[in-house]
Amino acid sequence: MIELSDYLLLSAILFAISVAGIIINRKNVITLLMCIELMLLAVNTNFIAFSHFLQDPAGQVFVFFILTVAAAEAAIGLAIIVVLFRNRATIDVEKLNQLKG
Amino acid sequence: MTDPVNFSIISSEIFLLVALCIIMIVDLFQRDKERKLTFMLTQISFVVLFIIGVQNLGVAREVAYSGHWVLDQFGTVLKLAIYVTAFISLLYARPFIRERNLMRGEYYLLTLFSVLGMMIMVSSGSLLVIYLGLELLSLSLYALVSLQRDSNAASEAAVKYFVMGGLASGFLLYGISLVYGMSGSILIADINQYLANNDSSLMIKFGLVFIVVGIAFKFGAAPFHMWLPDIYHGSPSSITAYISSVPKIAAFGMAFRILEGAFGNNTADWASMIMIVAMLSVVLGNIIALVQSNLKRMLSYSAIAHIGYFLLGVSVGTDQAFAASMFYIIVYALMTLAGFGIIIFMSSEQKDYQQISDLRGMGRYHPWYALMFSLVMISMAGIPPCIGFWPKLEIFRILVTNGYVFEAVVAIAFSVVGLVYYLKVIKEMFFVDATESPNVSTSRSLKIALSVNCLLLLMFGLMPDSIYQYCLSAFASLS
Repeated sequence: MIELSDYLLLSAILFAISVAGIIINRKNVITLLMCIELMLLAVNTNFIAFSHFLQDPAGQVFVFFILTVAAAEAAIGLAIIVVLFRNRATIDVEKLNQLKG
Repeated sequence: MTDPVNFSIISSEIFLLVALCIIMIVDLFQRDKERKLTFMLTQISFVVLFIIGVQNLGVAREVAYSGHWVLDQFGTVLKLAIYVTAFISLLYARPFIRERNLMRGEYYLLTLFSVLGMMIMVSSGSLLVIYLGLELLSLSLYALVSLQRDSNAASEAAVKYFVMGGLASGFLLYGISLVYGMSGSILIADINQYLANNDSSLMIKFGLVFIVVGIAFKFGAAPFHMWLPDIYHGSPSSITAYISSVPKIAAFGMAFRILEGAFGNNTADWASMIMIVAMLSVVLGNIIALVQSNLKRMLSYSAIAHIGYFLLGVSVGTDQAFAASMFYIIVYALMTLAGFGIIIFMSSEQKDYQQISDLRGMGRYHPWYALMFSLVMISMAGIPPCIGFWPKLEIFRILVTNGYVFEAVVAIAFSVVGLVYYLKVIKEMFFVDATESPNVSTSRSLKIALSVNCLLLLMFGLMPDSIYQYCLSAFASLS
């Protein structure tokens, strides 16, 4: 039998990986986008595990909303990356250094 | 489960949604390059929303849709502030976006969508609705920031805003998921009820940390502030004016609904975290703003400092303190609109106004506007005749009466530090010689809007009660 804590541990690990990915990543903006998606999936795991063990459907409904919003977010994120690429011909994170001071 | 559907409670949201759809279709068939009709319809819908909002003032608190939606004085007052500031920001935007080839229907539509998101945020009764409102707001803002497609700076700002916004939403959601798991409900009232009957477990506190970090990220409070100056600097000025003012009001609504609404019985769990964030923001914001030579960046660091003062009020956690914070954030929105209004006013078609030194000669060649800008700076610094003084005073008073004397002293000291950079702007305008007139906008509507906005700062400063009594009434009706 898989316990609730196992799920929570899994989602905590996923969440930590995604945050580390955002902070450590210095190469590609697409990777950042993937990390944000992974973060939302970690949250989803949490919600579903709780929803199952609490026998309460609200958590699953929440997950559907998160999935929908994540799709919209990915669409806008990719559109922004296209705009960035058109202007700079690169999507290197390290080259995002024009704004500083 | 079978409570009858009551549309009157969400009449303003339904109105805005219908208006949005109509404006979207009308905009499709417009040949006019100036988008006059779209603009007029957008502003008219704000006026109508304002009228609906005024009629909702003083209505008793109502909860609908199985507790997911709340209509109360608090939400109504915040919504009124949102309409007014969004209205002013569009007035400012018009001449600016005309010169920069941004005069597209999307500008108005995205603004309207973000306003809808904010309205949902401030009157939500559950964490799910808060999240949906927040995302509607954020997604519209990401698109708004990247609207200037040929600008290098704007696209960089958009990417940074998107990543940081996504990170903040992720933190907030992770916290929400833990709180849901422990309390067994996503309804704010149920969570409050659960915490009244049970001690908060370690898990709830753990989730609360993530929620506070998410909220601090959204406000741009230190130490989660690093994205804010870049975004303010990189986005087109009219959009900076918008994102620096209106969403802050809604973010306060969200912070109040979550922190006080859900965790009101456990103030001790989050108050000290907010206090640390607030003190850091006050100190860092004021110190870094000192060395900025770019007015946009200076204003963004001053925004961090202002958020710090505002969060000081939140961290005290009493009804009075929340009223003072609400007063602060509404006043701050008006001030920062005027502040970025200056930047819009000084920008020409060829060149975006950037440096503080570009203001030289304002006092000599455009004395009226130099006076108006001085009013803004005086108000931001918190010097008496202007409105900025009163909320600051109120926050400090509440800090002292609740025993946070040390925090109040530090905040006041850094308020004095803040004077230096605000007065630097006034010095540049009046006391540095210039041989040629600085560039100013010729748009009459912008001139009138800016003058009215700045004079409002003075007028409300002479009768601060006119705003503050509504803030107080918002909390009187809660308890």
